[in-house]
Amino acid sequence: MYNFNYHSPKSMIEASDIFTSSEDPKYLAGGMTLIASMKQRLVSPTDLIDLKKLKELNNIITEEKKIKIGALCTHDQIAKNSQIIKMINGFSLLASGIGDPAIRNMGTIGGSLANSDPAADWPSAVLALKTNIQTNKRTIKNEEFFTGMFETSLEENEILTSIEFELPEFFKYVKFPNPASRYAIVGVSIAKYDKKVNVAVTGASHTPFIAEEISAALTSNFNSNIPLKTVPISKLNNDIHASSEYRQNLIDVCTKQALNSN
Amino acid sequence: MSKLTVNITVNNKKYKKEIHSNLLLVDFLRDNLKLTGTHIGCDTSQCGACMVMLNGEAVKSCSILVAQLENKEIVTIENISENDKLHPMQEAFRNNHGLQCGFCTPGMIISAISLVKENNNPNEADIRKYIEGNFCRCTGYHNIIKSISEGAKGMQNEE
Repeated sequence: MYNFNYHSPKSMIEASDIFTSSEDPKYLAGGMTLIASMKQRLVSPTDLIDLKKLKELNNIITEEKKIKIGALCTHDQIAKNSQIIKMINGFSLLASGIGDPAIRNMGTIGGSLANSDPAADWPSAVLALKTNIQTNKRTIKNEEFFTGMFETSLEENEILTSIEFELPEFFKYVKFPNPASRYAIVGVSIAKYDKKVNVAVTGASHTPFIAEEISAALTSNFNSNIPLKTVPISKLNNDIHASSEYRQNLIDVCTKQALNSN
Repeated sequence: MSKLTVNITVNNKKYKKEIHSNLLLVDFLRDNLKLTGTHIGCDTSQCGACMVMLNGEAVKSCSILVAQLENKEIVTIENISENDKLHPMQEAFRNNHGLQCGFCTPGMIISAISLVKENNNPNEADIRKYIEGNFCRCTGYHNIIKSISEGAKGMQNEE
């Protein structure tokens, strides 16, 4: 691999200072996407700023109706957290379906969200659940976070520190994974709060989105008799993995599976 | 070229090494320490041939920088057996013809041991799900599943 500078700051301020004084820096979390991308020269930062010494980013805090997850928590840590399993099992099941066990041991929720891969699993959960994304500078609402393919509203030198969501009455994630990568060809998260239901889709488009018509139908009547083919084909990806028609159908299939697995 | 010093334990031996910041764990193991049991397969963290234990958890060493591993402990396939006695998982792979060319086997065995540490009585579905990140291009997996199943029992008997 090409060479770069490696830094391991002990505080958020130090991390931020190194970022400012470096030519083309990137923050490093678990590295499961970043290091692979660097090896392929898809990205080539001059400086890697490893955040793992910032212990405050590695906590899971559960309250009666809220869960706060530090950005550096690994997928495996979330999948096996006994409080999360008890309070919102669908969320831990999402975590245990990411990649494979070795990837889950290194990859982090914050890294995944900041990377904003359009086929990643977490973005759909973060959109469906009433989630705030906390950074070292501000709080970002979930609907304002994902701005495009591999793009978020995070500023250059901003560090995602945690996510915090309200506990729903119902949460379930179902994906149709790519058989090789386990990324979602389509993934659907359903979260229900009182009567309001959010259905969030990942993998299907350049960025995760709320399936408005399905959400509205489920808000008025929470059963698996949903309106079909409501997401316009023009909005959906058409690639070697699946046509946009196929993805349109998968959105309905995953939604029904999520509802029926109740 | 940016250099740094790292303290790392590999197979119970402590090392203090000056390294380049871009050194990957798999290259460190193979080129610097001559531990060539850990293989480079796809080199893109998909195939699992490079799996090692990092503080007891299976990871893919082709996608981890040595710079990230200050004060961490690595165990490779070379340190699984005790003297001349094979680890029960290795024994089970031999008994069940769990390998043909053997290229994926070190990663498979690291992955299998990691599975049994989490779940000491895995069924076939558990095994298939767990080794999703390990590719084998010879066996068709059936004998690997049999091997891991027997290896899990062997590991339990040793406890």
